[in-house]
Amino acid sequence: MSLLEIKNLHAKIGEKIILRGINLTVNAGEVHAIMGPNGSGKSTLCQVLGGRDGFEVTEGSVEFDGMNLLEMETEDRANAGLLLGFQHPVEIPGVKNIYLLKESLNAQRKARGLGELDTFAFMKQVRELVKSMQMDDAFLHRGVNAGFSGGEKKRNEILQMLLLQPKLALLDETDSGLDIDALKIVSEGINRLRGTDRGIVLVTHYQRLLSYVEPDFVHILYKGQIIKSGDKSLALQLEAEGYEDILKAAS
Amino acid sequence: MSEQHEIEALVSRDYKYGFVTDIEQEIIPPGLNEDVVRLISAKKNEPEFLLEWRLKAYRHWLTMSPPTWAHVHYPPIDYQALSYYAAPKSVAEQAEIDANRPKSLDDVDPKLLEMYAKLGIPLHERAALAGVAVDAVFDSVSVTTTFREKLAEVGVIFCSFSEAVHSHPELIKKYLGTVVPAGDNYYAALNSAVFSDGSFVFIPKGVRCPMELSTYFRINALNTGQFERTLIVAEEGAHVSYLEGCTAPQRDENQLHAAVVELVALDDATIKYSTVQNWYPGDEHGKGGIYNFVTKRGDARGDRSKITWTQVEAGSAITWKYPSCILRGDDSVGEFYSVAVSNHYQQVDSGTKMIHLGKRTRSTIVSKSISAGRSQNAYRGLVHIAKTADDARNYTQCDALLIGDRNGAHTFPYIESKNASAQIEHEATTTKVSDDQIFYLKSRGITEENATNMIVNGFCKEVFNELPMEFAVEAQALLAVSLEGSVG
Repeated sequence: MSLLEIKNLHAKIGEKIILRGINLTVNAGEVHAIMGPNGSGKSTLCQVLGGRDGFEVTEGSVEFDGMNLLEMETEDRANAGLLLGFQHPVEIPGVKNIYLLKESLNAQRKARGLGELDTFAFMKQVRELVKSMQMDDAFLHRGVNAGFSGGEKKRNEILQMLLLQPKLALLDETDSGLDIDALKIVSEGINRLRGTDRGIVLVTHYQRLLSYVEPDFVHILYKGQIIKSGDKSLALQLEAEGYEDILKAAS
Repeated sequence: MSEQHEIEALVSRDYKYGFVTDIEQEIIPPGLNEDVVRLISAKKNEPEFLLEWRLKAYRHWLTMSPPTWAHVHYPPIDYQALSYYAAPKSVAEQAEIDANRPKSLDDVDPKLLEMYAKLGIPLHERAALAGVAVDAVFDSVSVTTTFREKLAEVGVIFCSFSEAVHSHPELIKKYLGTVVPAGDNYYAALNSAVFSDGSFVFIPKGVRCPMELSTYFRINALNTGQFERTLIVAEEGAHVSYLEGCTAPQRDENQLHAAVVELVALDDATIKYSTVQNWYPGDEHGKGGIYNFVTKRGDARGDRSKITWTQVEAGSAITWKYPSCILRGDDSVGEFYSVAVSNHYQQVDSGTKMIHLGKRTRSTIVSKSISAGRSQNAYRGLVHIAKTADDARNYTQCDALLIGDRNGAHTFPYIESKNASAQIEHEATTTKVSDDQIFYLKSRGITEENATNMIVNGFCKEVFNELPMEFAVEAQALLAVSLEGSVG
């Protein structure tokens, strides 16, 4: 059984059709990269998989770990092991990071029939993660993403991912807005999640993230469809030649 | 848009205290004149000085007009259409028979006890929350006060105002109207003329009140104004924490509530006054609800005294309320922590006044407003530093949280400094609960309801932290929020 199986997915927002028949299979242990020019539907795909209101799925199906993903509430998707890493993580002043981390971990543990994690064990785990992401402990007591730099927000996304240990991480342009040091830290974080029982989908514009997190598969999304798939060499080809030639060849 | 609805549903849960208690009441006919003032005073067997005080207030009131500067709108109130005194008959009869005799629970109408049980306020001492003494005021009359003997052992006086007039007239004479003068403002003058009951607290020198004191106010009767009056005096080094809660039945007519609260803190005394205000706010179309026009003021009269106001304002159709501190003593401290929630057509114009007179006086103002529906929510605050107030300091923080896009949050800060050594800080923010925030939290496994709770609670946390434990629980239940910050 695949971890994620997207079949002929069509979606629109209002009258605007954005996804026009996406097919994608992700198995446990695999890292996929989805690339594509602006407006190709990358972010919409992430939002639809995350369960964002406002998008209407008109055709197709998505199976996640044997479940009909599209029928699930956003929080149930998370509790089933899907993590959406945001391109623009929203600021929530007043809600402390540490509180968000604890609430989300406990919500997910509860959904899996586990008890709440003991506070000391939790704090120990969180402190180690903060250190590994080269962040300061003080960050735990700041409002969620409030006043964070772009790089801090993305590191925060990866930190949450590492704490929650999702079966499938769907990371929407996690590399955008990162300087080279932050890119390395974030990439190391993603690589730590890699494992035979997990899948990772990287949505990105650029090849540079993929030199740190090597994908098993690369897909090119264009006008709401995956028009070409290949291995990591496809990303390199894209980097060298640009989208234009590949789009021409594919059409 | 379901997220928006969810938030609105949370803020706008049905008013569950809207029931009417069917009890025989003695109500004097509508209308206001000197005879009515005399009648109220006579019903309470009041001493001459108090009647004179009332009449003076009434005559002064006649010369005044209602304030129009607040950011609220309502049709003119016909003061002749209101009744100024309503009492449950059994209490009224008893009061007339013997106003001096302390009322015991055995004399309380079982229907009233039942009503308070319904409100979650057990008046039987054995059933009462450990450590909280309760005075219950039903319409115009105090029904009962619990734990009196225990408090008397340490010299604390906690009783209804009418009772104190008889048992401790010298204290009433000494302190009544010294913080909020009878002619202070339109509603305070009206209250001074017709107030019916309320609570009286006296903490003698050096005594730390052994338990929280609380008063629950309930308006039941139709077309009746409620005018209660609370006076709290803390002598040198005394310490007291006082809680006030209020609810009213759901009625289509607006009802007037014009209370006065006076606090006096002598040298080194501390008074902490907390309110969870949950008067009926009217329905979702703005029909009915309480007009809450209240004057609350504390006089930090002594050196090193401290007065703290903490309020969670969730009810009332219109709120006009500025719990204030006069920082008279040197090194005295005033604090104001407020959460004001408004929804539907509710209107709030609330804030505080910090009047710095003494040297090195300090004040802190933390005001949080949450506006939903089509409500209007204004913070209005005055920080006044007098010439005499060397090295005074004030810190003010006003935060507004908007839910939806049809409401308004307003801030009217007034700062008057007559002393160059003053340090005054003012911070203000306005934020909006967005679908993006809710979606973000949901995508981490948190339900929509909890996500909203987290945001609202996070926003109010600084104020909730100031509430006594029992009220913090009530306040959070009121906003349907769960406690944040159990870690770290």
